Amino acid sequence: MRGEHFVSQDTFNPHSIEALTPAQEKYYMASQWKLMWWKLKRHRLAVICGVILALNYVTIAFSEVIAPYNLHTRHTDYIYAPPQSIHLFHEGEFIGPFVYGRDYELDMEILKRNYPENHDEVLPLRFFCLGDKYKFWGLFEGSFHLLCPPENGTFFLLGTDRLGRDMFSRITYGARISLTIGLVGIIISFAFGIVIGGLAGYYGGWVDASVQRMIEVIRSFPELPLWMALSAVLPVNWSPILIFFGITVILAMLDWTGLARAVRSKLLSLREEDYCSAAELMGAKPARIIGRHLLPGFMSHLIASATLSIPAMILGETALSFLGLGLRPPVTSWGVLLNEAQNINVVALYPWLLFPVVPVILVILTFNFFGDGLRDAADPYK
Amino acid sequence: MLRYLVRRILTMIPTLLVISALVFVIIQLPPGDYLESHIAELQSQGEAVDEKKIQFLREQYGLDKPMLQQYWYWLIGMVQGDFGYSFEYDLPVSEVVGDRLFLTVIISIATILFTWMIAFPIGIYSATHQYSWGDYGLSTLGFLGLATPNFLLALVMLYLANVYFGTSIGGLMDAEYIDAPWSMDKLLSILEHLWIPVIVIGTSGTAGMIRRLRANLLDELQKQYVTTGRAKGLPPGKLLRKYPLRIALNFFVADIGNLLPTVISGAEIVAVVMSLPTTGPILLAALQSQDMYLAGSFLMFLATLTVVGVLVSDIALALLDPRIRLGGTASK
Repeated sequence: MRGEHFVSQDTFNPHSIEALTPAQEKYYMASQWKLMWWKLKRHRLAVICGVILALNYVTIAFSEVIAPYNLHTRHTDYIYAPPQSIHLFHEGEFIGPFVYGRDYELDMEILKRNYPENHDEVLPLRFFCLGDKYKFWGLFEGSFHLLCPPENGTFFLLGTDRLGRDMFSRITYGARISLTIGLVGIIISFAFGIVIGGLAGYYGGWVDASVQRMIEVIRSFPELPLWMALSAVLPVNWSPILIFFGITVILAMLDWTGLARAVRSKLLSLREEDYCSAAELMGAKPARIIGRHLLPGFMSHLIASATLSIPAMILGETALSFLGLGLRPPVTSWGVLLNEAQNINVVALYPWLLFPVVPVILVILTFNFFGDGLRDAADPYK
Repeated sequence: MLRYLVRRILTMIPTLLVISALVFVIIQLPPGDYLESHIAELQSQGEAVDEKKIQFLREQYGLDKPMLQQYWYWLIGMVQGDFGYSFEYDLPVSEVVGDRLFLTVIISIATILFTWMIAFPIGIYSATHQYSWGDYGLSTLGFLGLATPNFLLALVMLYLANVYFGTSIGGLMDAEYIDAPWSMDKLLSILEHLWIPVIVIGTSGTAGMIRRLRANLLDELQKQYVTTGRAKGLPPGKLLRKYPLRIALNFFVADIGNLLPTVISGAEIVAVVMSLPTTGPILLAALQSQDMYLAGSFLMFLATLTVVGVLVSDIALALLDPRIRLGGTASK
């Protein structure tokens, strides 16, 4: 049998092998950031955590509106009041979100205040309403809230503290400090890390050696005692804002080592590349070579690892404030709130004082997952 | 081996020197000194200040001398075993510190042992059963442990113990032993109380170690020699024990450098929460009242503890791994 010899009638294009399909083209031409974004999108858990974090950060812009009460409003009739639960049905009838009113009695035996629910009093919650006055970001006054306590009633979703202040509102306000301290801190430590690590990696030699020793010394120190010592140094008469920045700088001062190491090792390998020598031959200065040619190559990776060290900073602030060495009232952060829960006898009677633990753990957990996803996405070798 | 050992110990000295300088700067940073704040306190209480005693103390402890000289005296004193004087307690620092430092060491060692005992089997299980339900469950638990700050865990545990058992789990020994001299009963009582702080302090370290061990072992399990071994027909258990595990063990010992600072940090703050008679509460008080020699000695002890711990792990690693012992560089 004769074999059929197939000959294509199309004109021959010698470059057809190298031509890219549109999908390939999109992939090969995409910038580093785009590739990272595509990869991150596939990591579902990281995306979910990223969204939760983004929501958290959005809320801190509107803390005043979200919190039902002002940060400093005291309810002297409701000291250590337990959380009030939201109900929808009253005796089988749908009413919408409401809370029951409360009576007050004093347990003379252990001197504990009790607030039993009064089921005759049905107090519907109000939404998009005017309530406690506040100064929005300390700039202009307002009284609009997403959610207000019922008229002639109270609404303490998470109970009140020893001065009768609403815990939920305080946690909402506290998020503002607790969440930003990590961001500000990481910016400072990022700057430290890039400059110091960059110098060490680019120059090598004795610069590198001394930076290495310095990092080793800092790393061999137990972090927390050092933080404690440094924040004990902050003068008591500083204003809250100064203390805030003092604490962030302290947190950043010990945190930059990891980043500096990453920058250094990357630079050490990259500075031997041809494009680096080319730039050098053309007379570019070290700062330009590092900033323009070397850093962009692994910036995404750096940002990912920076994300992973934000939770450590948030924790550091919480721990310091908890011990009474960090921020102090009237500034409110989650650590400051937890400071009130230091006495176990108080916590045993009023367990809702422990509530700030929940947002702390939640934020740290989501930051960890998000950072992990980001790091995987930024890694070009996976 | 001897050369490695000597070199390793010699490099420790400059590290400790730099740390001591750092510590000295930190304890000198607050404006004024303990005597000044002490005088202010006495005056505010309307008590008479004995100028002569103050002057005597100031001269005795060289507080009127220039900084560099003070540092020198402090350093020389420490080398000779004289750690200065605690103004707050009116006692030499070494007497205030003694027992407490010992207890800190005990807790730290117990915590590290605990971490190893828990992390090793779980890490191996997670790596060999990757993506199984057990792996997912343990990983989730590990993440939770990693994210829970240990002082918060301590608070929650204290609360739960209070609610469900009605007892306080704070402290490190039964009340009758607190000022008693060391005895067998006291030791037993400490062992009885030890496990709660150990769990609290060790949780995050354990979680971190499980993750690192899992990642390390997974890398190792993908290497060709494992495939070869499997192709030869080695039983899985033997294959695991004989090669990848031994390499992962190296890393396990080396990781103590990561573990120790976290453990000691954690031990300090947990001690404050659970009122353990270790260095934590005293360090906090000393920092707050500017009792500088006490605070400085504590910081120095903790840092030395870490440095020595890392040294021990390096020596153990050198014993385990001929590549390091014979002067080559370790491949991580």
